[in-house]
Amino acid sequence: MKRIRLALLFGLMIASSLAHAVQPDEMLRDPALEARARTLSAELRCMVCQNQSIDDSDAPLARDIRLLIRQRISQGQSNEAVRGFLVSRYGDFILLKPPFKTETLLLWTGAPLALAIGALAIWSAVRRREIAPPALTEAEEARLTAIVGEGERG
Amino acid sequence: MIVEIGHYALTLALALALVQAIVPLWGTLRGDEGLASVGQSCALGQFAAIALSFGALVEAHLASDFSVLNVVENSHSAVPAIYKISGVWGNHEGSMLLWVLILAFFGALVAALGRGLPPILRANVLAVQGLISSAFLAFILMTSNPFARLSPAPFEGRDLNPVLQDLGLAIHPPLLYLGYVGFSIVFSFAAAALIEGRIDAAWARFVRPFALVAWCFLTLGIAMGSYWAYYTLGWGGFWFWDPVENASLMPWLAGTAFVHSVAVMEKRDALKVWTIFLAILAFSFSLLGTFLVRSGVLTSVHAFASDPSRGVFILAILAFFIGGALALFAWRAPLLKRGGLFAPISREGALVLNNLLLTTTCVGVLIGTLYPLALEQLTGEKITVGAPFFNMTCGALLLLLCFVVPFGQSLAWKRGDLLGVAQRLSLALAVGLCVCVALFALLRGGPVLAPIAAGLAVYIILGSLNEIFARVWRRGAPFGLLLSRARGLPLSAWGSALAHIGVGLTLMGLAATAFGAETIATMRVGEPQTVGPYEVTFQTLGSRAGPNYSEVVAKAEIRSGGTLVATVDPAKRFFPARQSSTTQAGIATLWLGQLYISLGDQAGDSAVAARLYWKPLVTLIWLGACVMAFGGALSLADRRLRIGAPAPARTAPAQSMAAAER
Repeated sequence: MKRIRLALLFGLMIASSLAHAVQPDEMLRDPALEARARTLSAELRCMVCQNQSIDDSDAPLARDIRLLIRQRISQGQSNEAVRGFLVSRYGDFILLKPPFKTETLLLWTGAPLALAIGALAIWSAVRRREIAPPALTEAEEARLTAIVGEGERG
Repeated sequence: MIVEIGHYALTLALALALVQAIVPLWGTLRGDEGLASVGQSCALGQFAAIALSFGALVEAHLASDFSVLNVVENSHSAVPAIYKISGVWGNHEGSMLLWVLILAFFGALVAALGRGLPPILRANVLAVQGLISSAFLAFILMTSNPFARLSPAPFEGRDLNPVLQDLGLAIHPPLLYLGYVGFSIVFSFAAAALIEGRIDAAWARFVRPFALVAWCFLTLGIAMGSYWAYYTLGWGGFWFWDPVENASLMPWLAGTAFVHSVAVMEKRDALKVWTIFLAILAFSFSLLGTFLVRSGVLTSVHAFASDPSRGVFILAILAFFIGGALALFAWRAPLLKRGGLFAPISREGALVLNNLLLTTTCVGVLIGTLYPLALEQLTGEKITVGAPFFNMTCGALLLLLCFVVPFGQSLAWKRGDLLGVAQRLSLALAVGLCVCVALFALLRGGPVLAPIAAGLAVYIILGSLNEIFARVWRRGAPFGLLLSRARGLPLSAWGSALAHIGVGLTLMGLAATAFGAETIATMRVGEPQTVGPYEVTFQTLGSRAGPNYSEVVAKAEIRSGGTLVATVDPAKRFFPARQSSTTQAGIATLWLGQLYISLGDQAGDSAVAARLYWKPLVTLIWLGACVMAFGGALSLADRRLRIGAPAPARTAPAQSMAAAER
């Protein structure tokens, strides 16, 4: 079921275009530049798909962006410059790894914070227990005496 | 007529569920045993009614009854029978019906097998289960009726989505639901314990088999879904950190934590309050997952806002059960007696650490999944939280957990000897470290995570084997004695060792993805292309007709050093009913690795764009999950855990000796 919605979307996408993720004709001759293009496109989101990088996507928009990246890389632009250009055009939405800023503060610090809070809670629980070792209740004391007595007799 | 019977049975099931929710609870409050035991027959009757209803829908699909809207929208007369059946749950209404069917199945299981349960506990468990059932049955009947008729009936159906016309749909959702919904029983047990204000090691023994069953199925379900995505989506990815996937991962993480903490509770009577909390958490995540997937909130916040009837209904169910359970927890948990003391360095301590890391990972996944939705709702700003984020945060936490696993397994209960355990694990640690360093040297400047993961994987596998070895091996003991010692080890010890080996195997498969090769090229018939250590040649390229599709298919020969090792036929299918196409990857399994070929656009009569991948050890990812589930099943077979089983009577001398040494 978790796939169904995703699959439906893919179904729609494939239906709308028979283009395919990274085509041979798109690729750059220089393997080093092509590798850079691949790394970059794996970090960028296909804007019309659900949670797919443009490297994997079949959508025409993804193909356009792939071509644009390759064009700019061949022109000698750095990865950062290409990424910056795309962010200025499409916003942070295009980045699969969201940037660290005020709006995403909780996103990035959430898990470490949870870990710290959890660790702290456990640590304080352990300390509390060390300070006050639970004493035996009267009933337990009586039972213990009985058992010990039995053991001595037996 | 059959369709109406199905609809009627569903309504009857709701009535029974309501009785099951109210009467037993009333009975336990009043101390009336007769009323309290009503839940059992209700649970059985409810299951029978829902099964009848489900059967009616299956029959409508099999008979291609196009007067039923659900059949029209998701079936076609030319679809093969297997997909007519799996198409029943390949849509919203049908999958919700499967959901309640499995919910009722677990309720019936408690009713039928729970003879050993204390009557009050059983009555309360069934009442809570009935309450969950009522909510979801009402949801189906009011917002998502699968039996709605259509008049006039069309001549032909609109076909099942081609991507779903796959064996994956037949297997994946039922497995996943058995896991997802299985945690409802764990939740009901927790709620019942809170209502009663009593919980002890016996409670843990009753609930552990259910938790293990749910966990095993969820593990298999997730693995199956992942493999399905891998072979159908056409670019060889197997996990995308998609919200829909995260929705199933979160209950798995919480459930894994629960399976561990309930073991502590059963053996040592400790961590009670925390275990109850985890039980609530695991099912809450299942509910959250159902909400995320079923409400449409994921596709877009706006789609959700424009047709909110379903979403709001599930949100209300979600709020009621999670909120109610947490309120009950806050109110009653302080009543639960704390038991079992242990030193920080002990198996209990290690399991607490395990729980901390698993729940933190779970929180990380939760935040990553919901953050974009919340941010868009609050500020209108759209961001994407994708795979790189999750790999960084959750990946790091899980790797840390993997490092602790063998220690936890080897530490003694109550008070452990960290140095001794480190000595015992020294061989595993050393080999793992060697693997890690060797891979770093080999890959210089390459990926950082892969060598670490591979080293950890080797270390976990060796550590788990070492644990079994240390419990069986005695210097100078004859082989026969060793064998009987191995047989004397409780099945749960074998189970946990196997499950952890499974974790290691999966991790190894994940690490190996960094060592794969990829070739994207226009393949001409007869012209070989190299990918990794193999050479691929398309011998022919032609078209073929299937029952409800036509396809372009290539016959690919895979050679290694000139000798033919495999032939596969990757294809691209076109489905005229929906005017859409799917990729059928050609996959050859060579040892544990796979050669994966997927076709793109055709370029002329004898040429086609193709992606070729060599994926070494990739099958380990899913085999590891199967080993994990098998380990879980083995633990389940442990005599101790069978419902109503008397205290262990068959204690072999070797076993008690081993137990004394622990």
